[in-house]
This record gives sequence, C-alpha cells and structure tokens, in this order.
Amino acid sequence: MKIRLSRERVRGDFVKKVEMISGQDLLQCYQCGKCSAGCPAAFEMDILPSHVIRLAQMGQEEELAQANSYWICFSCQTCTVRCPRGVDIAKIMEALRLVTLRQKNRNKVEATGLPPELLAELPQIAIVSSLRKLSG
Amino acid sequence: MSREMETKALIVGGGVAGIQAALDIADGGYQVILVERTPSIGGHMVQLSEVFPTLDCPQCILTPKMVMCGQHPNIDIKAYCEIESVTGEVGNFTVKIRHKATYVDWDACTGCGQCEQKCPTKAPSEFNRELAFGPRKAIYSPFAQAVPNKRVIDADHCLKLTKDKCGVCAKVCPTQAIRYDMEDWIEEVKVGAIIVATGYELYKKENLTEYASDPDVIDGLEFERILCPSGPTAGVIKRPSDGKEPLDIVFVQCAGSRDPDKHFPYCSRVCCMYCCKMAMLYKHAVPDGQAYIFYIDVRTDGKMYEEFYQRGVEEDRIVYLRGKVSKIFRQGEKIVVFGMDTLTGKRVEVEADLVVLAMAMIPNPAGEKVKKILNLKTDEFGFITESHAKLHPVETGIDGIFVAGTAQAPKDIPETVAQAGGAASKVLSLFSGYERNKACA
Amino acid sequence: MKIPYYPGCTLKTKAKDFEDSAIAAARVLGIEMEELPRWNCCGTVYSLSSDDLIHQLAPIRNLIRAKEQESDRLVTLCSMCYNTLKRANEFFLADEEKRERIKRYLDDEIPYEGDVRVVQLLELLRDEVSMDAIKEAVKKPLTGLKVAPYYGCMLLRPASIGIDDVERPTVMEDVLRALGADVIDDPYKTECCGAYQTVSQKDVVATCAHSILTSAQGNGAEVIALSCPLCDFNLDNRQKEVQERFNGFHPMPVLYFTQLMAIAFGLDPSVCRFELSYNDPVPLLKSKGLIE
Repeated sequence: MKIRLSRERVRGDFVKKVEMISGQDLLQCYQCGKCSAGCPAAFEMDILPSHVIRLAQMGQEEELAQANSYWICFSCQTCTVRCPRGVDIAKIMEALRLVTLRQKNRNKVEATGLPPELLAELPQIAIVSSLRKLSG
Repeated sequence: MSREMETKALIVGGGVAGIQAALDIADGGYQVILVERTPSIGGHMVQLSEVFPTLDCPQCILTPKMVMCGQHPNIDIKAYCEIESVTGEVGNFTVKIRHKATYVDWDACTGCGQCEQKCPTKAPSEFNRELAFGPRKAIYSPFAQAVPNKRVIDADHCLKLTKDKCGVCAKVCPTQAIRYDMEDWIEEVKVGAIIVATGYELYKKENLTEYASDPDVIDGLEFERILCPSGPTAGVIKRPSDGKEPLDIVFVQCAGSRDPDKHFPYCSRVCCMYCCKMAMLYKHAVPDGQAYIFYIDVRTDGKMYEEFYQRGVEEDRIVYLRGKVSKIFRQGEKIVVFGMDTLTGKRVEVEADLVVLAMAMIPNPAGEKVKKILNLKTDEFGFITESHAKLHPVETGIDGIFVAGTAQAPKDIPETVAQAGGAASKVLSLFSGYERNKACA
Repeated sequence: MKIPYYPGCTLKTKAKDFEDSAIAAARVLGIEMEELPRWNCCGTVYSLSSDDLIHQLAPIRNLIRAKEQESDRLVTLCSMCYNTLKRANEFFLADEEKRERIKRYLDDEIPYEGDVRVVQLLELLRDEVSMDAIKEAVKKPLTGLKVAPYYGCMLLRPASIGIDDVERPTVMEDVLRALGADVIDDPYKTECCGAYQTVSQKDVVATCAHSILTSAQGNGAEVIALSCPLCDFNLDNRQKEVQERFNGFHPMPVLYFTQLMAIAFGLDPSVCRFELSYNDPVPLLKSKGLIE
C-alpha cells in the first residue's frame, strides 16, 4: 500500500487533533524505535508504537483507525520514560483512543457486556480503569 | 605592540592535540611547556587498540610523536602537573604550575622499573579503565611506552604512605630516587600564548539506568583496552565477569548522545566509526563470533569512512540494526538486549555475552578547573566556545588563548590533529609577527 | 505519627489483605493511618489527555478531604491511587489557567492550592521511619525466604511521580532486607503486568505475567512482593490462565510487602488475610517456620 502525501494530510485536522489532545509535538519523534523496543504490550500490537507515531506524523488517519495498538497499550509509560526526545508516547496513545471514543458508539469495552462471574472475580480498579481507558 | 612578548607557549593537556601542537610550535623554533595531569603524555589515543579507517595501532603512530616530544630541545614536558593560576594577557601570561608529589625524584629515576616489579600492592589502573584484568602497582608508570619514562607513587594505595609499612621500592631502587617525604610544589613560568587541549571523557554508563550495571556491560574505552594487543588481556577477547570469550557481542550507539530529554542532544561523532572498527577487530580476533550494532543513523562523514563501514558489513559480517536499545539486563550467563529493527518494523532480542555502550563524549571533567582559571566561555555542556564558529575555530574569546581537540567539541583524531596544527600556527604567527615587528623597529 | 490515609475502592474489598496488614504493620512502627472520613474513587487512572479536566476533579476532591483533616499530606497503599492522586495534584499545580478552571468546578469545597503531598507507604518507611527502625521491629526475621520485589509501573512512572529511581528502584528491596528476607533482584521488576487489559484481554495479561513470574523464578524467587492490587490480581489470580497456556509453569505465591512486614513483626497472621490469596502462601511460610 502506498502512502499518498499532501499538505492537507500532513497538516490536516487529524494531526492537529492528536497533537492537541496529547499535548505532544509529533515531529519531535526521530524514529529511533526505543519505545517499540521496550514496549511490554508490543507482542500483541499490529503496528508498533514508533510506527504508530510515524503514521500519525504523516496524517495516516485511516490506517491508524484500523490499528489495535492503542487499544492494547497498557498505559505503563515505559516508552514515555525512555524516549530520548522527551515525547510522551503514552499520551499520544491516549489521544488516539480518544479520537475514536469521542465519537458515538465506539466503545471497546461495555460495562453491560461484562459477564457476572468476571465482575465478581476482578478487583474494582481493573473494571474502572478498563472502562476509563476503553469506553467513552 | 610595544611591550616585550614571551615567545614561549604553554599547552594544557598532553593528548594527541597537545602533542601535535607542541611539535608544530617547537619545530617552528619556539619553546613549549607541555603540561599533563597524568604521569605520561599520550591521552586517550594511546589507550586505543587500532584506529579507523586505516587500522594503524596508536602505539605505532603516536608513540613516535610522544618520543619526539620527549626529546625535542624546545619542548619541556611537565607531566603529573596541573595549572594552578594564570594572570596577565596575550604575550605576557604568568602561570603557576603545581607539580604533584610523585614521591620519586625524576632527575634520579632512570625508568628501570625495578620498583614497580617488586611493589606488592595492586590498584585499579586508570589507563586500563580500571578493568579487573589490568591492575597496576602502587608505584607505577601508566603504560610501557610512557613519556616521560618515570614512576610515580599512588599515595592512596602505597603501604609506606598509608601505613608506614613496606618501603620495598626504596630498597630496590638502584639510584635511590624514592622520596616518601615529597610534597607538591609550585613553579611559576611566563608564556606568551596558551593552547587548551584538555580533551574528553566518556559519560558514565551508570547514568543510563535502563541499561544494567553489570561487569559485562562496558563502555567503548574499556573495550578498546580489551581489544588492544598490548592491553591487559594481550588482545585476547575476554569478558570481564568470567573471562570467557564472548561469541555474541552487541554494540549500542548513541548511548547518552542524541538524547536531549535526559542526557545530551549532540552527536558524539566518533561512535559510528569506532563501533564499526571495534566490531571488525573483534571479528578478526574471534572469527566464530558475531557482532551486532544498534544505531539510529550511521554517520561516516570522513575520508574513507563510508568505505570502511561497508567493509565492516561485507567482510566482517556485522549485523547492523536500526533502532535504539530500550533495556539491557542480565539473565543468568547472558546479557539480554531489548532492541528494535525499524527497517523491518520488528522488535529484536539478543542474548549477548558482552555489550559495549558507545557512551557520549563529554568534556574531560579534569579540564573544568583549567577553564575556570582561564575564564573560558563554554557551551552548556562545558565544551569551550570558539570565538567564531566558522572563521575563528581555534581562538577562544581571550586573546592569546587557543583551543584544540575535543575540549572544543566531539571530534575524531584527524580533525583533532588538524585543529591542533591550526592552533599551533596561530601561536607561531603571533610569535613570529612580534619578532618581525621588533626586527623592523 | 498520625497521617490521613486514602484506601481507594479495592483496598476495602479484594485487597483487604493489603489494607489490614498495612495498618497493623504501620502501627508497630508508630504510624497511625487514619482513613479519610469521606473519600471518593480517585478514578484509578490519571487522564493522559491535556483537554480533559473533569477527570482531575475526583482525585483533587480527595486531597481536599485530607486538607480538611488539617494535614498537608496523604498516604496511600495502592500504587494506582498513589499515581492518580499525585499526578492530578501535579497537573493542578503546573498550569495556572487549568487550575483556576478546575477550582470553578469545586465551588462548594474549601480553598485548595495543591498543597497536599501524596505519599506512598514505602516512601514513609524510607524517609521517615528508616530501615534501622524497621530492623528493630523485626521479631521473626524472614531468613531464607527468597523474595522478588515487583514494582510494576505506577509506583515509578513517570519519573516526576515515582517514589524511587525510575529504572533501578531499591526501596522495596531495602524494606525486605530490613525484614531479614533474601532479596532477589529481578530485571522484570519494573515490567508491566498488563494492567487493565485483564478485563478484556486475559491472554495478553497471562503472557506478561508468565514473563514476570518465570524471570523471578529463574532468578531463584519463591514469592513475589508487590504494592498494587491490580498487579496482585494479574500476577496471582491470572496464574490460572498462565498455567493453562504455558506448559511446565509452576505456580508461586504473591504477597503485598505489608503482609511480609506483619509476619516479620510477629503479628497475628490473621491480619494478613491469606485466605484472599489465589495461590496460598501459607505452605511456603510454614516451611520457613514463619507461621505456625
């Protein structure tokens, strides 16, 4: 698949939205890959964190919309504390979740969909944090 | 200028920059005082195994220059000395030099080394980067080809000086050169110009806390000593923890460099080339071994550098991996490296035997005092600021004070030598211009 | 020393073992943890978005509760509460414009300027109690018990919030060593357990837990000590899933560091509420002669 670039894409609303919600400058990332190298959730991601940022730098909204990466992200902030460029990658992941969750009916986890035996087993912080992260 | 000028130069720092500048000024017919903090001139270059891109050994190419310095009628090497104060101005600087107590009368010492052989006390060798392999004695010369070839006593470890025991060096010295009661003394000299060549140090690897503090995670200079045929392992490649030959070896570039968030924003400029060189030399010594180099960019911006890098890949089968290493830790016998290959977009894990961190180059902390004494302007990292980045690259902001080598910014040997020659030529034109004007008058 | 204590939701239910053992062990060291009279959920996770002020309100309200107790600090046990409360306060302090906007939402509260410091029990032990005082309180040293401390994420990251060095923390090691334990330094002690993905991605969490547990076991650990009820669930309860997915995995007990304190201080083991553990730690502790 070819990436088609234009001014409208590279400086488009999607890039602005991600930068605004995260408070991060996407172009600060120089693609060293350290975030991906240390990510404990990366084994389950279809697009690694550094490539998520790369695609975001280029305004690739549609491809990112298909990615599971930011839904798998643990918000553990290992990436954030090791980034040599001071990019808070965890905040970018949160912004990508919110871009979706702020639209209607886009929840990844529904409180009503959790089976009672799971709810009985889980500690409260698990349920609350999962819903905070994965539903709008 | 109507005042008399001292047509004598002071050079602070006896590494390759200081050595080159001293020789150029001395060959031009002027006197040079070369002050070196350690017992011998040579600097970091003489610690290196072989140097890129030609793979000469510094012992072959630098020691002749060191010897020339030692024998040159116009060069006065003041080793184991530090500058204490500087007053005056261009043409007329008064410099106080502290001669640190060596506990050996260097006029009497012939450099025979019997004292060192008989000394019962071992201490970590600064020259061998304090590796477990290569301790020195409490009375020592840092390395075999030291210039001057004299001994010093390390007062922190010597049994005589710490506990009033032993005294064997005094007993065996054939010229009765040992002086346990020696104290520092101050000498005052007058010079017309000063070159600062205080060099670099490596950023301490303990600062990168995501990389394990482990005997088998070492910095570039430590590995240079292990690779060096005349080094503490006689060029046999061993890892520090257990002396085993490492078969998988990982190099990590930009360790502290290009990391504005936590360390240094600048590129240290020599790591790309020396990692390639060390991986090559490793492969020559351990043909079964495999070297991996994690990099962000490979920067080969010198003559024959790109060709050298390609040779490393093609002939020595170095596997280059584009990505910064996130974590290094020990798991049993192995050092596990969590890295990344951004070219395939895959994470990489290597179970290595030895890891070499290409630590950022920083200004030599021992040069801090010199910069303070001379009132030199530096950047926020401590590198000396030249008076114009393009047109006055060897002048400092102060007339008559020049800079050469890595005290100014990270650079490699050819550039250091060229800059040292540049600084020397500034001193020469200052002195000869003065003499010509005087003759005309 | 009396200090207001914020339990958070899980400490009152699933992690009663953490709360009871902590309060009892702290009391031995002269710390009275006094539960805030009127606390609310902290939100469990700090909001990482810059435009979302509403989620900062819950943690800030809890800090105001501490201020009402005329205290300038608040102690927590749960790592997630600690992180959320402390980080929300940092956010509140850092940005004047946002602070004023948050304050407008809090109009019925007493004035608050970010002046309550959030601390975690481990910090109190290190900075105010001292390891020597812990050593003195030990009646049954944990001799021969091989414990791997596990910090997870929320005690350490980001660096400005962390209670210790972000990559090489030692505070839990120091406490356990003071208790006489044989401390195992494990490189996975700061790797994430999978956190909230335990709700919808059991497999992912089982993989993370497997890496962490087998690394600790490989380095000789018999038990893991930690400080977060979510880590505890993922490393203890999820061993069921780990066993189903990874052949040859041997289960191991997981404890809160405060349970080990209570044992070492010679307290009645009932304060440890071992019945709440998924993998029963009692046989191991008995085999070491630490409980009857």
